Amino acid sequence: MKTTLSTPLTLILVLGGAALMAALNLATPAGSAMHVPDYAIQLAGKYLCYAMLALAVDLVWGFAGILSLGHAAFFALGGYAMGMYLMREIGARGVYGNAILPDFMVFLGWNHLPWYWYGFNWLGFAVLMALLVPGVLAWIFGWLAFRSRVSGVYLSIITQALTYALLLAFFRNEMGFGGNNGLTDFKDIAGFPLQSAATHCGLLVISAVVLCGQFLLARALVASRFGKVLVAVRDAESRTRFLGYRPESYKLFVFVASAVMAGIGGALYVPQIGIINPSEFSPSNSIEAVIWVAVGGRGTLSGAILGAVLVNLGKTWLTGALPELWLFGLGALFIFVTLFLPKGIVGTLAQWPRRKRSAEAETETSRPAPLSETSP
Amino acid sequence: MRRLVVSILLLLLMAARMPAFAQQAAPPAAAADSVVATALADLGSGDYDRIRHGVSALAFSGDDRALAIIEALDAGTLYVRADHKLFLKSPSGAILDAATGKAAPDVMASGLHEVRVNNPVRSAMDAALGSLRLLSPDAATRTKAAEAVFHSHDPRALPTLEKAIARETNAAARRRETQARAAVVLFIPATPLPARLAAIATLRARGDLDARSLLDSLHNQPPEAAAAAHTAVAAIDRSLALWGVVQSIYFGISLGSVLLLAAAGLAITFGVMGVINMAHGEMVMIGAYTTFLVQQAIRAHWPDLFGASLIIAIPAAFLVSGAVGVVIERTLIRFLYGRPLETLLATWGLSLILQQGVRTMFGPTNQDVGTPAWMRGSIDVGGLSLTLNRLYIIVFAIAVLFALMAALRYTALGLRMRAVTQNRRMAAAMGIRTPWIDALTFGLGSGVAGIAGVALSQIDNVSPNLGQNYIIDSFMVVVFGGVGNLWGTAVAALTLGVVNKFLEPVAGAVLGKIVVLVLLILFIQRRPRGMFPLKGRAAEA
Repeated sequence: MKTTLSTPLTLILVLGGAALMAALNLATPAGSAMHVPDYAIQLAGKYLCYAMLALAVDLVWGFAGILSLGHAAFFALGGYAMGMYLMREIGARGVYGNAILPDFMVFLGWNHLPWYWYGFNWLGFAVLMALLVPGVLAWIFGWLAFRSRVSGVYLSIITQALTYALLLAFFRNEMGFGGNNGLTDFKDIAGFPLQSAATHCGLLVISAVVLCGQFLLARALVASRFGKVLVAVRDAESRTRFLGYRPESYKLFVFVASAVMAGIGGALYVPQIGIINPSEFSPSNSIEAVIWVAVGGRGTLSGAILGAVLVNLGKTWLTGALPELWLFGLGALFIFVTLFLPKGIVGTLAQWPRRKRSAEAETETSRPAPLSETSP
Repeated sequence: MRRLVVSILLLLLMAARMPAFAQQAAPPAAAADSVVATALADLGSGDYDRIRHGVSALAFSGDDRALAIIEALDAGTLYVRADHKLFLKSPSGAILDAATGKAAPDVMASGLHEVRVNNPVRSAMDAALGSLRLLSPDAATRTKAAEAVFHSHDPRALPTLEKAIARETNAAARRRETQARAAVVLFIPATPLPARLAAIATLRARGDLDARSLLDSLHNQPPEAAAAAHTAVAAIDRSLALWGVVQSIYFGISLGSVLLLAAAGLAITFGVMGVINMAHGEMVMIGAYTTFLVQQAIRAHWPDLFGASLIIAIPAAFLVSGAVGVVIERTLIRFLYGRPLETLLATWGLSLILQQGVRTMFGPTNQDVGTPAWMRGSIDVGGLSLTLNRLYIIVFAIAVLFALMAALRYTALGLRMRAVTQNRRMAAAMGIRTPWIDALTFGLGSGVAGIAGVALSQIDNVSPNLGQNYIIDSFMVVVFGGVGNLWGTAVAALTLGVVNKFLEPVAGAVLGKIVVLVLLILFIQRRPRGMFPLKGRAAEA
């Protein structure tokens, strides 16, 4: 259904753009007109990580009809896993010079490392945790929710409560994740200093590659037989169930996959931003991620990436130029998109030529799922 | 007899610490004068220790000037000149000589320095004022003074205390004075055992934390008295634990009433209409800001009406929030019926705009919303102290709930609302203008949210973020109670409030909230349609 053009275009834009920016940053001198400044590299890296989150949201919302208002929680959990590794990596270079304990633990007067911090001195373990922790949480949550057929708005609200509960929990110093301040003051990642532009360029390119990998994987997933059933679940859950499928298994799988994708995004986000704190769990972050998807086009994977980059570009520009106006702008965007652009940018563009051909095409394209599926 | 004991005790005390006060034991007036003179010299010395002793000596000298001088010290209007002579500023602003009490018009204010105090001096002052004010004509002052003596349990206050009890006419003041005497008596070594046991019984009857800590701090008591004190502490602990439970329930009901207020409007817009209004919190916020504006107007034009400002604000907030609600329904929500997820996003955007709009208009800081006199203060019930504003909010929440139920059941609008939500097409066929009913229903829910804002302005900060703090809780309440069921909403709000308050002491405020959220998530998984789900065909619409 998606235009055949969008996949190669997305890949070229993401990979090419990232590579070009990195090359221009490293190869040209700082004064040159062609030079891409360091902060732009960091910003681009951040956008790509947000795009991973958007992709994850699109996968569950666009293709399974699950509007998760708590996806930033998975993103933040992945981020915390990476942050814990970066924290251990500081070692004795911290303010207190403690080789084992991160600064904030010394500050709180702790004298030994909590057990859940073990193993985070290895990057591999941290990456594994960035996949596992969001995945397991999503699996437990999804298993409980989908099995008891919580759907629609109810599901949205309890996902929001989930991220809110995590927000409160991570604010507590006793949790051992740095409380209010979170984890920061990172020095290097796998030996590469985080202050250097080259490391950031490397991370940008890695983010681009990972994003493209996720994109292709998500594409393969939705194009497969599995994806077809998923869309059937979205559009008519009861009917799918009567046909002999088990909607909860399909939803659970895609929910867990999506959480893992978001976790990877968070893990790549933290080294590029240099800090992770509990505010990443705030419900408004999750809802912002939903609006990126809505702007780009729900149910179009390339649209999720486009939306994340576009909205965040606008945010960066507007918060810099007219900070008062950003929230007005964001609010208006929510309203405008839902009222006038329900298919998002990519969805609308994809529909254009077809509308000329037949007026009937409307009925066949991805309409939003009917919300309160009544289950017998 | 007792006076003799006290005198001996005082002698011992003073012989040990302050030779200067030894003359106090001798009653003649000349000696008292010299006590006062020494005390005044101490007060003017600039040394905190000597000031402290001076305060005590002055207070127990029985001299008429003592109260005025110590009150001046308390108020920061006692001054010392370079030659250590003391002066005080009378309430009328005149400078008086502290030693004579006569006006000293030739003294230059510029040459005077305020006598400075530190915390030990302050506590000596409180004790001193306690005993001095025991004979005040005002019963409330006497009660307070007796409390101060209770806390200081200074044996020197005993004579005044006895005198005060003997001529006390007010029952509450007498109770406090008797308790103060009990406290003092226990700290006098010569007190006979029966008097001690009686004193312990008095403290046990008082039964609060202060009595407990006083009994707990007793030592060097005869064995019987020590045993009695021990049982008394245990008894107080038991009754305190019981009152603690009652208090948790009360706080829980109080929190529950706040949740109920915040969620009642949502029970209409979300529960009855099925509209996910994420801007609901902002309707509450608008109500609170309306209260602020009403108060501003009243302060500026009709200051006499300030006591009624909240009453006036209730309909104002209802109308303003309700009108905003109707506008939102007509311009935004009516295009999104049947698309709840989109409604959620659009109203979220709306909430951002409303917050930022209020922030631009009023600034990001908290606005000062005053509390009328009749809502201030508290009343004591047993071991509980109930603050009046919380009490009024509980009553108000119940009133709002019943008014809302009555509106839905007995008014023509309520009838039409129920008709439209139950069977829209049939209602339309009967001649009901369903679009208008939608708008009015939404306006009603928003207006109720505005009313909640009036109440919340009394207990929360009126800032643009006010609504944000309640939106998730409100949805939880409505979902927990069962959609479309006002009774369910009320039960859910109270349950959540009480559970929250019982978890708080065990788990801490934040962890308690997390536990409640997790329990709720699990509950919704078990019973996705809430505690009291609607039955029948309407439930599936």
